[in-house]
Amino acid sequence: MNRGVKLALLLVLFASACLAPILVTNPARQNFLILAIMSAQLGVAWNILGGYAGQVSFGHAAFFGVGAYTSSLMLIRFGASPWLGMVAGGAAATAFAVLVGWPCFRLRGHYFAIATIAVAEILQVVFTNWRAVGGAVGLTLPIEQEGLKALVFNTSKLPYYYIALGLLVASLLASWLIKESFLGHYFRAIKDEPEAARSVGISLTGYKLVAIAISSFLTAAGGTLYAQKELFIDPASVMATSLSVKIALVSILGGVGSLLGPVLGAAILTGIEEATRQIFGGTGRGTDLILYGLMIIVVAVYYPDGIVGGILSLRERRFFRRPSPGANA
Amino acid sequence: MSALLEVRALSKRFGGLLANQEISFAISASEIVGLIGPNGAGKTTLFNCIAGFYPPSEGRVFLDGAEVTGASPEKMARLGVGRTFQLVRTFATMTALENVTVATLIRDKRLPTARRRASAALEFCGLSARAAVPAGGLTVAEQRRLEVARALGLEPRLLLLDEVMAGLNPAEVQEAAALVQKIRARGIACLIVEHVMEGIMPIANRVIVLDYGRKITEGAPDQVRRDPAVIAAYLGEA
Repeated sequence: MNRGVKLALLLVLFASACLAPILVTNPARQNFLILAIMSAQLGVAWNILGGYAGQVSFGHAAFFGVGAYTSSLMLIRFGASPWLGMVAGGAAATAFAVLVGWPCFRLRGHYFAIATIAVAEILQVVFTNWRAVGGAVGLTLPIEQEGLKALVFNTSKLPYYYIALGLLVASLLASWLIKESFLGHYFRAIKDEPEAARSVGISLTGYKLVAIAISSFLTAAGGTLYAQKELFIDPASVMATSLSVKIALVSILGGVGSLLGPVLGAAILTGIEEATRQIFGGTGRGTDLILYGLMIIVVAVYYPDGIVGGILSLRERRFFRRPSPGANA
Repeated sequence: MSALLEVRALSKRFGGLLANQEISFAISASEIVGLIGPNGAGKTTLFNCIAGFYPPSEGRVFLDGAEVTGASPEKMARLGVGRTFQLVRTFATMTALENVTVATLIRDKRLPTARRRASAALEFCGLSARAAVPAGGLTVAEQRRLEVARALGLEPRLLLLDEVMAGLNPAEVQEAAALVQKIRARGIACLIVEHVMEGIMPIANRVIVLDYGRKITEGAPDQVRRDPAVIAAYLGEA
């Protein structure tokens, strides 16, 4: 695909994303769209660390939670604007990410992934037992002020959609800028062959920390938006392991390391989540988690590069057949 | 101190195994030095100690007179020491050009500049035609040359080449030898671990022979070839 076609396609996609909630008037459907966009944004954020730099995290709910809690506490305690809280939450999550990343990045592959689960679990337990931040009861956000400045919309949820879309576009832009800069090259080199990356002067821990810093900041921003939309947070909703898995899966299913893969993954996953909720209702709690598990297995075995990767490799196979290895030996 | 690289009494221990034992030698600028010896003699370990991948257990390493013992691989790269790997480690999903660009970014973080330098390095190694191919799709010979191009992208003073001729056919060995000579002509010193004698012997200024982790001799290729200790190391004592 050449650049012009790609750009045109992106514009069409963006335009339809802008029009979608106007055409869909059913509030439940609109809510579904908001959730899909929010999931996509989290997937794009995760992809910077897990996709580009190849450091698979199953603990991103920790950053999401830190973002949600920081802005909510600032709002409740000091009346600070959620927009300011979003930036502060991002900074707090980044600081936390760098702090835990420093030791965790000494671990490779699966061991790193396991460490991220442990970190997120610990944080959830701490917040559940920490009375000053609401403990297991959680925090209820004030709804008296409404509007863009207060980031609260009671009459219609539609504004949340456009704010989520803005955040998604900002995350995609950050992601694209990384991909097109030296950082993108360094991240891919670290993912492909860490030892060789060191041999050309790349500090592994240094650049993995850069990746997790950007990734956690954007994830935390999504956390603030979630808190403002739901107006209630507790550790079980913003720091759950299932949330970490979902954030990772959005990207893994769509295609790790590709720009729009997470957007596609989010559309599918949110669809499944809503469908199971409608079909099974309250009794079917966790059905979506069972499906997530199945999908992880299928993707890992048959499509390690996700849906986008699968489509790309199909195209490649059709257009230029690679010489079989050994043909020139 | 006129030597580019000086290794003084370097030893490397892995538990009870002494992989390198008090090895000393020096390399001057624009010199091709062969490092040979039977399998398990400690050649790759010595490489890893010099390139910063292993900290030496004892001894010291100097680059241009400055001590660099135990420096990280990243630092060694920045100081101008490039290396290749015995088992090829190209960035498989990245194109040949991107592979080298990752290295040329060390001097300038702007991509267009880095890409231009990378193209020049690819051209120098005769890989221009393969620039847009993912490294994983290249032949072994091409991947070995790509590793050389990548190391050259650092604009190094010293190249450590680990068996760049292994697994190549005779024509490819000649090409690789010619490439090493071209590199020397640019003023870059090369330390080469090699088993392919017909590749290394004609081009080396000096050869260092290791056996059981010790340096058993050092000298001009012709002299080393006739050395009884070297013959014994390779063929066993009579």
